[in-house]
Amino acid sequence: MTFVYPGGAADSSGRARPALRNVTLSIYEGEWVALLGSNGSGKSTLAKHLNALLVPSQGDCLVYGLSTRDEKNVFPIRSTVAMVFQNPENQIVGTVVEEDAAFGPENQGVLPEEIVQRVEAALTVAGLLEKRKKPTYTLSGGEKQRLAVAGALAMDTPCLVLDEPTAMLDPAGRTELLRVLSNLHASGKTIVSITHRLEEILSCDRAVILHRGEIAWEGAVSDLFLSDLPFKEWGLDIPPLVSFWRDLRAEGRSVPPVPTVAAMADALCQ
Amino acid sequence: MSITVSGLGHTYHPGTPLETRALRDISFEFPAGTWFSVVGHTGSGKSTLAQHLNGILLPMEGKIFIDGLEVKEKSPSLREIRRKVGLVFQYPEQQLFAETVSDELAFAPRNWGVPEEDIPGRVSAAAAQVGLDEGCLGRSPFHLSGGEKRKAAIASVLSSRPDYLVLDEPTAGLDSFSRKELTRLLSGLRNEGMGILLVTHDLDIALQMSDRILVLDGGRRIVCDTPAAVLDHLRTHPVPGLQLPEIAALSAALRERGKNVPLTWNWKEIKSALFGSQK
Amino acid sequence: MKFFNHLTFGQYVPSESPVHRLDPRCKIIAVLVLLTGIFLAKHPAVFSVWGVLLACLTAGARLPFRLVLRSAKPVLILVLFTASIHIFFTSGTPLVSLGIVTISREGLILAAYMGLRLLFLVLFASFLTLTTRPMELADGLERLFSPFARFGFPAHELAMMMTIALRFIPTLLDETDRIMKAQLARGASFDRGGLWKRLKAFLPVLIPLFVIVFQRAEDLAVAMEARCYRGGTGRTRMSPLAWKAADTAALLLVPAVVILLVTIDRSLA
Repeated sequence: MTFVYPGGAADSSGRARPALRNVTLSIYEGEWVALLGSNGSGKSTLAKHLNALLVPSQGDCLVYGLSTRDEKNVFPIRSTVAMVFQNPENQIVGTVVEEDAAFGPENQGVLPEEIVQRVEAALTVAGLLEKRKKPTYTLSGGEKQRLAVAGALAMDTPCLVLDEPTAMLDPAGRTELLRVLSNLHASGKTIVSITHRLEEILSCDRAVILHRGEIAWEGAVSDLFLSDLPFKEWGLDIPPLVSFWRDLRAEGRSVPPVPTVAAMADALCQ
Repeated sequence: MSITVSGLGHTYHPGTPLETRALRDISFEFPAGTWFSVVGHTGSGKSTLAQHLNGILLPMEGKIFIDGLEVKEKSPSLREIRRKVGLVFQYPEQQLFAETVSDELAFAPRNWGVPEEDIPGRVSAAAAQVGLDEGCLGRSPFHLSGGEKRKAAIASVLSSRPDYLVLDEPTAGLDSFSRKELTRLLSGLRNEGMGILLVTHDLDIALQMSDRILVLDGGRRIVCDTPAAVLDHLRTHPVPGLQLPEIAALSAALRERGKNVPLTWNWKEIKSALFGSQK
Repeated sequence: MKFFNHLTFGQYVPSESPVHRLDPRCKIIAVLVLLTGIFLAKHPAVFSVWGVLLACLTAGARLPFRLVLRSAKPVLILVLFTASIHIFFTSGTPLVSLGIVTISREGLILAAYMGLRLLFLVLFASFLTLTTRPMELADGLERLFSPFARFGFPAHELAMMMTIALRFIPTLLDETDRIMKAQLARGASFDRGGLWKRLKAFLPVLIPLFVIVFQRAEDLAVAMEARCYRGGTGRTRMSPLAWKAADTAALLLVPAVVILLVTIDRSLA
């Protein structure tokens, strides 16, 4: 089963320029897709279409065959696609960790015994089980984001969309969150990450780059680095390691397929 | 002209079940016209330290001197200290409240008693320092873009004409272009003689820009030295929660394998060490 | 991270006790009945029985007595104020004369009763919050008022508002602290000048807080929608309230005791 967004999804918020223009995109089950773009590229707008928070002005958005335009579909769609937002603070509803993780399944009308099981499993995956009875205000930013992920997992959706989840986290929080996502990907979840940091997409399968509301590039992550793309023009952060990698490659030296520290060290020592 | 901290200690909620030792025996010297970074993970005490430098928090142990003025309770120089040492909190755009950007920038100098006729000059100067367009001055601060809001917030501290500027994670949430812009701005201020103290968990910026770096862990000083020396120390004594920047980690890995490259955060140095300057 | 003193008025104290385990609905109703009983207390003997009841309840809830008494601290001023009004302004057999003001015997007695009554009201009421988790309290209120939802009473919405407010209180306190410090760093002072000046000085703190709160409301609403929230319809609970035998027993015992005490009171009068 696949997600399909056929046709052009153009979405205008009353501004001179539509936020999205002629975007056609498919997301397949089990993929980890990175949605890249600078502020104003339309990536957040596109993300909000995936779970019917926004509806296209033109074109269609189908989630597992259900159109987001039909109000009847909204509830089933949101039980298929869960979303985690940028601000860790403003998405936590519960006073206690396990209560917040239970919020989603409670809304879905899941039976109490099953909610307990789901919450326990979700908190374990997110690495928060020992903190299950703690008040939510005692959590760090990174822990709150992991709680948001747990809350999404507890809804038992096949797909998880994260809108710039690491933007407000410190490096330790970022690493922890990405590790959780990696594990989820390995267990078969479909993940869509929105970000502007290139170093976070190394574990993703596919990347889609948005620029000014349109798709500027789409392809495998490994191809992303090998192609000579105008990242700067698109407003994307190029981490220093990637700059080094590209420079070496431009001079024809041996480089690993993907720029990681370990791979670079190996390649440079040959 | 310098800030001297000796034996600084601070405990939150002493005598209660929530007692936390935030800082323990911290000493360093921070001369004006230099860039000093305080680096540590969340909870290492760096924000607590920052708030001592302008008297918002008072030392429970040890002493702090700002250009010879001591930071202590009920000191008559506390207000002067607060003017001298500008403090920019994390996500400073959250402190915006005035009707116009102009009023926002005028808030601090008015509080310090700057004569009303000098205020417009202070406002324009501060706006120019951060690169805020003059046209923004008449608008509401809430109508600015994200980047402009941050500039306005920083300008609202600069309008006090502080001698030192302490910033807590000033680049949080910024994209790389805005980050570079801000770093350039701070560098310029440092070159004009302002003391810049950066509190951050981003070791990369600290290594690139600082004259000296203080590393904190659990409220304790781990090392206080030049960037190169700090990098060397961290390689051999890793601190929890602090990751070496990728380039530095790469240079360390290469050295371990016997390659003659310097321990550095600048990949161009690695490149010329490996391949010489071939251009 | 800054925490406010968690042992403030009526805040939940986790413990394992029969009172803690009671269904919140039972506790809400029981406390209301108890409060009504206290209102009607008149005779000193009955007052002392109420005091004994308070001690029994404290023991039953496995709470240190001092903790329960501390709940009355914020209201102490009100109690003293009420008591002094009665001391100074009740006519009767004069005891002491202080110029135009006379303290009468009746006044002292009345003051004692009023003061005690207020104290007992506050202490018994705080039992509710001391032994019930805020979430449970919200659930209990929601369940109690849900029959009225049919007539348009927003039981679920009120409970949800209560939960969210409780969840964000510590966060708001932190943010207030941070913004105050930011404005202090820009030369603001909050302790200078008369009342009006001080209120004005708070604008640079209140306005940013309002902005934060409004943004938060918007973000939270979107996040809740994304998590399938659609009000109370079809909503289940992870730990649903379960009425137990102990709750029925309590709900039979408490009104019985209260009715007994009120009757004794009436007969003694």
